[in-house]
Amino acid sequence: MEVDKYSIACPNEIDVAEGLRINSLMAASGYPIPDPDSWIDEEIQRNVLVTSVDYVVDWARSRSLFPLMFGLACCAFEMIGMATSRFDISRFGMDIFRWSPRQADLMIVAGTLTWKMAPAVKRVYDQMAEPKWVIAMGQCTISGGPFRESYSVVPGINRIIPVDVYVPGCPPRPEGLIYGITKLHKKIVKESISKA
Amino acid sequence: MTTALNGEQIAKKIGDVSPGAVVVADKTSIIVTSESLFKVAEFLKNTPELDFNYLRDLTSVDYMDYFEVVYRLVSLTHNHSLVLKTRCHDRDKAVVPSVTSLWRSAYYMECEVYDLMGVIFSGHPNLKRLLLWEGFTGHPLRRDYL
Repeated sequence: MEVDKYSIACPNEIDVAEGLRINSLMAASGYPIPDPDSWIDEEIQRNVLVTSVDYVVDWARSRSLFPLMFGLACCAFEMIGMATSRFDISRFGMDIFRWSPRQADLMIVAGTLTWKMAPAVKRVYDQMAEPKWVIAMGQCTISGGPFRESYSVVPGINRIIPVDVYVPGCPPRPEGLIYGITKLHKKIVKESISKA
Repeated sequence: MTTALNGEQIAKKIGDVSPGAVVVADKTSIIVTSESLFKVAEFLKNTPELDFNYLRDLTSVDYMDYFEVVYRLVSLTHNHSLVLKTRCHDRDKAVVPSVTSLWRSAYYMECEVYDLMGVIFSGHPNLKRLLLWEGFTGHPLRRDYL
């Protein structure tokens, strides 16, 4: 049988643009992510002292983290479990999962990240306002897990976006995730606004 | 419970309409040539006593020597089912006629089979990659991928 000239559709602009984005992300994934704070020169970091302001700001930031609703796979259920009344992350001031990246400052990436989803994750991360933090939850997110050798799975989201806390497990229990969040609180308290 | 029809009996009926279409027929399935697939599918759908009005599943299997495309047909009026198969031996240019014009549910399943297995469905209105992205090289569910 003859192959019809039109049997494979001519790719449209949107598909081609998506493919190019994914391929450029794949190409860039082998190199370290550039430091976003590199524009701050050393003079400012050494000469500006904001001790008490730092204390208050860090206290406020660490106790009012607003997480972004971002469930990619089965880990999302443990994240939901963490949010519900049994584990109750309201105790840490994280009452509401925000649906908009503009209102969130913590991104919990829960689940396997595929290359086709990677541009969306990157975009959502870029849309979040500073200061922002990322928790990589579960083996798949940390390293690709059992799908590491797969053709379609990102082998670790730290190839796409910078990660603050890794929570291992398959999936991690809600307690594990809460432990990771308390670790993040400790990390936030050590930060200084002059060093960004 | 859906009754699975005997493939040998259906193969006889198909033989009356399009002779030489059936390659092998046993109790569980019918294998037809890829050239006559569309005609057979049309017959199975439009004959009142068979009336396969629902395509439940469309998959493909890579046996290295040939690809086998599997159609699982169900009749919701008579509550019976049939497995229809076809083979294409050319690895580089595996072509099977599309059944999208008969069953609309074949649209995305054929896209998926093309995406992962590289079987081309001629006559499909918009055959393109479904799960993977444009610019991906190869078809990953083939046995010789990587």
